Amino acid sequence: MVLFPGSNCEHDVIESVSLLGGQADVVWHGDTDLSAYDAVVVPGGFAHGDYLRPGAIARFSPVMSAVAAFAAGGGPVVGICNGFQVLTEAGLLPGALQKNAGLKFLCTTVECEVVSTRSVLTAGASVGQVLRLPINHFEGNFTCSPSTLAELEAEERVVLRYRDNPNGSTASIAGVCSAAGNVVGLMPHPERACNALLGSADGQVLLRSVLSAARTPRVPA
Amino acid sequence: MSAFSVLVEVTLRPGIADPQGATIERALPALGFAGVRGVTVGKAIRLTIDADSADAARAQADELCRRFLTNPVIEDAVITVG
Repeated sequence: MVLFPGSNCEHDVIESVSLLGGQADVVWHGDTDLSAYDAVVVPGGFAHGDYLRPGAIARFSPVMSAVAAFAAGGGPVVGICNGFQVLTEAGLLPGALQKNAGLKFLCTTVECEVVSTRSVLTAGASVGQVLRLPINHFEGNFTCSPSTLAELEAEERVVLRYRDNPNGSTASIAGVCSAAGNVVGLMPHPERACNALLGSADGQVLLRSVLSAARTPRVPA
Repeated sequence: MSAFSVLVEVTLRPGIADPQGATIERALPALGFAGVRGVTVGKAIRLTIDADSADAARAQADELCRRFLTNPVIEDAVITVG
């Protein structure tokens, strides 16, 4: 669990990973050694205050070189919300997240449909499965060129779609993955949907998939 | 070596939705400003670059924009070296 100054969802991730039988530690953004870990989560929040653009400064944090190397080695890397923004800025995922079409900060629960199971985040889910997940963002409007979109669709790299597009995202995209499927970014927060008491436990299937991928031997991406 | 004032104007690329510009444009008639169109919102970033020539300052600003100040997926930059 990578922690930048301004990240604020790290405890939610640690709690949900523990709940599902995993163990999560915090790695400070100035550290460069991820060798002790089987998966990396880049959590939500406002890394480096979101100055300039969300993720624009975080991508230069020392830990990001280690995250890129971890991803290249086939390790599971998941960016949630601000973490998704960081991974696009770092070039580990395609596209960009711009301001919501309605110019409102959105804090609500939405329905997302699993579109592809060829990512470490969705491998344990089923195509067509609908998940109720919280969103909490101002810059969640996924944008990419038509050629990138065509490539993502053709390679089944759109992993989650909003059923009722809340933010203007291209093709209602809520989450995408890398060509190898081991790097995934999504705007919804599965870690906040791991307990029915909190309104939904639908995020469990996603985090379980990541934990399962973490236990599987890696294939370099 | 001289100091060059550099202005970087960051704009959204053509075809990228600009909800801030659209919202401002929609608000203008209510404030009594009729006939104002084409509102777009970007950022202005001012820098001072120490370089041997204006061209060298511009080259450095170009590189800075490409690697950091803009996200080329959604943004363009216009650089003015003063």
